[in-house]
Amino acid sequence: MPQYEEAQMAKMTLEELRKLRDKKKVEIKKRDVSDRDTHIIVGMGTCGIAAGGKVVLDTFLRELDSRHLDNVIVTQTGCMGLCYVEPTVEVISPGMPPVIYGKVDASVVKRIVDEHIVGKQMVSDHVFDRPSADIIKDGGK
Amino acid sequence: MAFRNYILVCGGTACESSKASAIYDALVAECQAQGVSKDVQVVKTGCFGFCEQGPIVKILPEDSFYVRVKPEDAKELVSEHIVKGREVKRLLYDKDSSKKHAKVEDIKFYQKQFRIVLRNCGFIDPENIDEYIAREGYGALEKVLFEMTEDDVINELKIAGLRGRGGAGFPTWMKWNFSKQVESDDKFIVCNADEGDPGAYMDRSTLEGDPHSVLEAMTIAGHTIGANHGIIYIRAEYPLAIKRLEIAMKQARDYGLLGKNILGSGFDFDIEIRLGAGAFVCGEETALLASIEGHRGMPVPRPPFPAVRGLWSHPTVINNVETWANIPIIILKGGAWFERIGTPDSHGTKVFALTGKIRNSGLVEVPMGTTLREIIYDIGGGIANDKEFKAVQTGGPSGGVITKDYLDTPIDFGSLVKLGSMMGSGGMIVMDEDDCIVDVAKFYLNFTVDESCGKCAPCRVGGRSLSNILEKITKGDGTLDDLDKMAEIGNAMKKASLCALGQTAPNPILSTVKFFKDEYLAHIVEKKCPAGKCKSLITYSINVDKCIGCTACARKCPVQAISGERRAPHKIDPSLCIKCGVCLETCKFGAVEVH
Repeated sequence: MPQYEEAQMAKMTLEELRKLRDKKKVEIKKRDVSDRDTHIIVGMGTCGIAAGGKVVLDTFLRELDSRHLDNVIVTQTGCMGLCYVEPTVEVISPGMPPVIYGKVDASVVKRIVDEHIVGKQMVSDHVFDRPSADIIKDGGK
Repeated sequence: MAFRNYILVCGGTACESSKASAIYDALVAECQAQGVSKDVQVVKTGCFGFCEQGPIVKILPEDSFYVRVKPEDAKELVSEHIVKGREVKRLLYDKDSSKKHAKVEDIKFYQKQFRIVLRNCGFIDPENIDEYIAREGYGALEKVLFEMTEDDVINELKIAGLRGRGGAGFPTWMKWNFSKQVESDDKFIVCNADEGDPGAYMDRSTLEGDPHSVLEAMTIAGHTIGANHGIIYIRAEYPLAIKRLEIAMKQARDYGLLGKNILGSGFDFDIEIRLGAGAFVCGEETALLASIEGHRGMPVPRPPFPAVRGLWSHPTVINNVETWANIPIIILKGGAWFERIGTPDSHGTKVFALTGKIRNSGLVEVPMGTTLREIIYDIGGGIANDKEFKAVQTGGPSGGVITKDYLDTPIDFGSLVKLGSMMGSGGMIVMDEDDCIVDVAKFYLNFTVDESCGKCAPCRVGGRSLSNILEKITKGDGTLDDLDKMAEIGNAMKKASLCALGQTAPNPILSTVKFFKDEYLAHIVEKKCPAGKCKSLITYSINVDKCIGCTACARKCPVQAISGERRAPHKIDPSLCIKCGVCLETCKFGAVEVH
């Protein structure tokens, strides 16, 4: 059962209430998925898990958390078919083409967050595929 | 702490009664057993509103909407969804959808809704004050205590145009202003949580899902009019709401958000709960106050209004739960924001408990001005079992029926009254072709006759007389005079009754006579009940051409009224038949007919 922060015996002051609200707001905002535009999908098939997918997933959550990036959803999926470069991660971010990164580990996670999501630059040396898309759909543009 | 997934389990009364607590416990246990309890937060929230499909479990961030979940499903939900990241398709609401996920935003039930009152319901844990605070909770109180004057608060409510949600629609700012202007050594704030309309549970769900919003609003009112005591009058048959209120009050006191010197402002305010025994009349404000004072719950004539002379003769602001829940958000976002929502006559939203012969029964909140058709067909999914829509009853026993021709009426206070019904507190009961309108009128009238306190003659005697006439009509002994007599008695009750209970009790009759006169005439002149509900007016018989003589009906008949040889058509003896309808349900060949 999640406990509410026991009141510091003395009643709260205005300052303390505001501080508590700011702190809790960050926590509860993670639950709100309505305005998120960036989606990270971690391949967690047997191959992905064996290659360290769980570490990748946890590192994403931690890194996003420490940078207060609350517009990102992290979910898991099954095998993406690129078993030779596991762990794999698909990143869908506005203004960027959707990309599948392979051979991802904790340090690559940090780069994906810093360079791809924040800096809008692809982490080129780990790009292994793009999800198949219809390139004629938009009139070939 | 960063959680990978959030599992939200509905903890409203409806879902609780279908084992939501056991589901919550099972999910927590499974997360532990499967080693993911550090990655997942399981939260028990207030009502999601989609009660038809309960118990509901929502998993974030995928926004997967699982319905009719059982405690046994917890293991699969954790092992599949949480551990392996695969949605459990068989439990998803939208199983057949070709889309990858059945997201909440794709569900039609939610598309036309706009949640102000229910903003936190189904999202936060109502037993944890921190989650309310995280959603800007007690921010309005901060503003009121440190940034606004009392007149600013009243002015903001005036701009917002908030009208009381208990049914009458009286402007809230005016009520507060009356109390504020009266000089008195003591004043009171009262929350009316005596929700009693048949089929209505808006207030219960609000208190269960977001109790702090009401506590905060009452404290704001206390500061504005100069009161230090608040009382929540709630019926004893709402145990979960009472429990959550008690937890909320304790937590607010621990934080110093209730009690002495709130947030160091020098303002004292505390709230207590008074339990009502469930008398319908105690929802009427003067009867409610009498009940709090320890007297029998009976109304007294107004004026003086409670705002001027209320509890123990002191000025008392009494508002309904839903009205209170609107206040903090109006203070935070400003009256102008609220004023833009809804219609020129009625601003903001209204919560309805949609029940009856509807596909998706549940709790819905829509902007004022939404049409009945949108609520019944788009949100409610239409009539259950593909039957024909007949009418919708709004305003409970005080309201009236609205027919098919008026489905496109935008809902606000004024338009419903024009149709002979009323907004009421928000019960909305849908009827189909199988409902007999005279029987429905009788049901509501008998409810108010039972609940009449008996103090004034128009209600006590008038209600009983109307009930007798309706009984006569459903027995087949009605005459054409009876219609006029009912109109006469009804109009007298409307004018002369002491409180709204008696004044509105004839509404179900007057409106059904107006819209369904044919059906009354069928009962009176032809001695027939078209819907086949009024037992005295119907006979059961067996169609000899369809009956194959299977004997199924004869074996089920509780009074042995059916006779016949095997493989030969059977017969019903009308002198023995008690018209229970078992034969009709039993027959697989459609041979039993009702006339």
